Amino acid sequence: MPLDRVWVFAEVLDGQPITPALELLTRARSLGGTVEAVCLSPEAESAAAALGDHGATTVYAGTDPAYADLLLGGPGADALAALAAEHSPDLILFPTTYTSRDVAGRLAAKLDVPVISNGLDVSVDGGISVESSIFGASQNVSTRFEGRGPALALIRPKSFAAEPSGGGAPRIVPVEVPIADQHRSARVVERVIDKATGPKLEEAPIVISGGRGLGDPKNFALLEEFASLVGGAVGASRAVVDAGWVPYAMQVGQTGKTVKPTVYIACGISGAMQHTVGMKGAKNIVAINKDADAPIFKLADLGIVGDALKVVGQVIEELKARQG
Amino acid sequence: MNVVVCVKQVPDPNSVGQLDPSTHNLRRDGVEVVLDPGDEFGIEAGLQLAEAHGGTVTVVTMAPEKGLDAIRKALAMGAAKGVLVSDPSLAGADALTTAKVLAAAIRREGFDLVITATESTDGYTGVVPQALAEYLGVPAVTFAKAIESDGSSLTVRRQTEAGYDNVEAVLPAVVSVTAGVNEPRYPSLRGIMAAKSKPVDRLSVADLGLDGLVPGQAIVSVQPAEQRKAGEVVEDDGTGAHRVVEFLAAKKVI
Ligand SMILES: Cc1cc2nc3c(=O)[nH]c(=O)nc-3n(C[C@H](O)[C@H](O)[C@H](O)COP(=O)(O)OP(=O)(O)OC[C@H]3O[C@@H](n4cnc5c(N)ncnc54)[C@H](O)[C@@H]3O)c2cc1C
Ligand SMILES: Nc1ncnc2c1ncn2[C@@H]1O[C@H](COP(=O)(O)O)[C@@H](O)[C@H]1O
Repeated sequence: MPLDRVWVFAEVLDGQPITPALELLTRARSLGGTVEAVCLSPEAESAAAALGDHGATTVYAGTDPAYADLLLGGPGADALAALAAEHSPDLILFPTTYTSRDVAGRLAAKLDVPVISNGLDVSVDGGISVESSIFGASQNVSTRFEGRGPALALIRPKSFAAEPSGGGAPRIVPVEVPIADQHRSARVVERVIDKATGPKLEEAPIVISGGRGLGDPKNFALLEEFASLVGGAVGASRAVVDAGWVPYAMQVGQTGKTVKPTVYIACGISGAMQHTVGMKGAKNIVAINKDADAPIFKLADLGIVGDALKVVGQVIEELKARQG
Repeated sequence: MNVVVCVKQVPDPNSVGQLDPSTHNLRRDGVEVVLDPGDEFGIEAGLQLAEAHGGTVTVVTMAPEKGLDAIRKALAMGAAKGVLVSDPSLAGADALTTAKVLAAAIRREGFDLVITATESTDGYTGVVPQALAEYLGVPAVTFAKAIESDGSSLTVRRQTEAGYDNVEAVLPAVVSVTAGVNEPRYPSLRGIMAAKSKPVDRLSVADLGLDGLVPGQAIVSVQPAEQRKAGEVVEDDGTGAHRVVEFLAAKKVI
C-alpha cells in the first residue's frame, strides 16, 4: 500500500535542517507518494535547499520570528494541525529529539490521533506500522496505526543514513498559521550551546565512553586525550551524567544519543541495557572493565578485563609512540 | 502554588521486562512494582515549590489498585493528597488515552503547575507530558534540569541536544523534569505514619465523564531481536593496551 503523502517535521539549527530530519526524508522517499517537509523557523527558507536535496518536493515554511523565541510544541502543533487539515498527509515523521517530541505529543492530542514513539523504522504493507525495540533491544515490536490519520511516528536518530536524492529545489509554501497568544506565556530567553571540540559524538568514527568505573570526573581528561589522538569523540553513561561529571550532551543510550561508530570503546561501563541500546549498532565494540562478569563483555568484540585508567593511559603512550 | 505531580508505578527497573504473549501488554504479575524512580524528582520539585511559595502537592496516578503504593510513597515524602484513577477499561492504555485521563483528573483538582517526568521507565513513550499540556491548554516546559520560581512564574533550564535553553514561563504550566534536577528526599518515619491518614480519591473513567476511549494503535508482532555475539575477552596482563591499539589498527581507524 504506497502512501500518497508523507511529511517530515524538520527543525533548524544554525540555518540548516538537523541531520535526523534528513535521515527521515531519505527513508520517506521509499514509502511511495509525495514527500514534503514542514519547517518552522525564521531560517526556514535557507534550510529549504538541504530539505529539497534530500527529497522534499515542497517545504511548508513558517518564518515568523517568534518561532525562534518560543517553545515550538504549542505553535508547531497548531501549524501542523492546520496544514494537515488542508493537505491530508497519511503519515508525519518526527525525529526523536526534544523539540520534535514536544510538537508530536501536542499534535496527537490536538488531532486525537495516536503517536508511536521510539520507532526504528516504518513499514506500509497492510496499514502503516512502526518497528521499535524494547527491553534493551532484546525484542522487536511492530505497532500498527488503526483508525483515521494522519499517523504520527517519532523515529530515533541514526536509524537511517541521510543520502541526497538529486532532487531539485523544492517549492516553498509559506505557512501563515498565526501563533496563538496562549503559546507566548513561555519564552526562551537564552540558548546556550555546550562548546565541544573535535568531531561530533554522532559522527565520529571512534567513540570512547566513560562510566562510573573511571572513579572521578577528572579522569575524563584521559579519554579526551585518547580521543584527540585518534580523531574520536568522548561519550558517557547516564550514571556519570546524572552525577554531574560531564554534560548531558555526552550521554549515550536510551535517553541519550544513539551512536554507530566504526569502533566504540566502553571504559568502566557495566553495560546496562539502557546504555547498550545506544551503542550496540557500532561496527566494533571494545570494552575495558575490571569485572570479568560485566554484561558489556557479552557484546564486545574485544574485552579487556582490567583497570580502565591504567589501560587507557598505556594506550595513549603507545599511540604517541606510533605517531612519533 | 498548588502543584499536581503525575506519578507512575512501574515494574522494578532492575528486572527484565516481559510482554504478555496474548495481550501484548506489559506483564505486571509476579514482578515487583515500584514508584518510578524518575517520578521521585517530580515529587521533590513539587514539594520544594510548595514549601517556598505556599500551597500543596497532589499526586495523580492512573494505575491498577496496586498503584496505591506509589501514592502512599509520595504522601510519605510530603504530598498532601492522592488521586488514583483505576478502571479495567484502561488496561494497556496508550499514551494519548493516558494523557486524556490524567488531564481530566487534574482539571478536577485545579492547579497552578503540573509536574511529570520526561519519560516513564517502563513505557518511555515520552509524549504524555506534551499531550497532557495540550489537553489542559497550557505550555509544556519540557526536560527541566533546574527550576526556579517567584511564585507566579518559573525560570527553567531546559536540556537540549546541544546544551540548554533558559525558559521563562508564566503559570499555569506543565513542566517535565529530568533525573538529576534535585536530590529526592527519603520519606521519614513520621512521614510514613502521616501518609496513612492523608486523603486519597479513587476515580473511575465514568467519574471523569470520559467514555469511548479507543486506542488508535495495536501491537501486531513481537519477535526476538538478533543479538551481538561476544568476542574475545582477555585478562589484562600488561598487554591489554597493546591489544586495543592493534584492534584499532586492524579496523583501520588509526
Ligand atoms: C529509564 C532509564 C533510562 C536510562 N537511560 C540510560 C542511558 O541513556 N544511558 C545510560 O548509560 N544509562 C541509562 N540508564 C542507566 C543504566 O541503567 C545504568 O544505570 C547506567 O548505564 C550505569 O552506568 P555505568 O555503567 O557508568 O555505572 P555502573 O553500572 O556503576 O558500572 C560501573 C562499571 O565500572 C566498572 N569499574 C569500576 N572500576 C573500574 C576500573 N578502575 N576500571 C574498569 N572498570 C571499572 C565496574 O566493574 C562496573 O561494571 C537508564 C536507566 C533507566 C531506568
Ligand atoms: N499512568 C500514569 N499515571 C500517572 N502519570 C503518568 C502515567 N503515565 C505517564 N505518566 C507521567 O508522564 C511521564 C511520561 O510518561 P511516558 O510518556 O509514558 O513516557 C511519566 O514519567 C509520568 O510522570
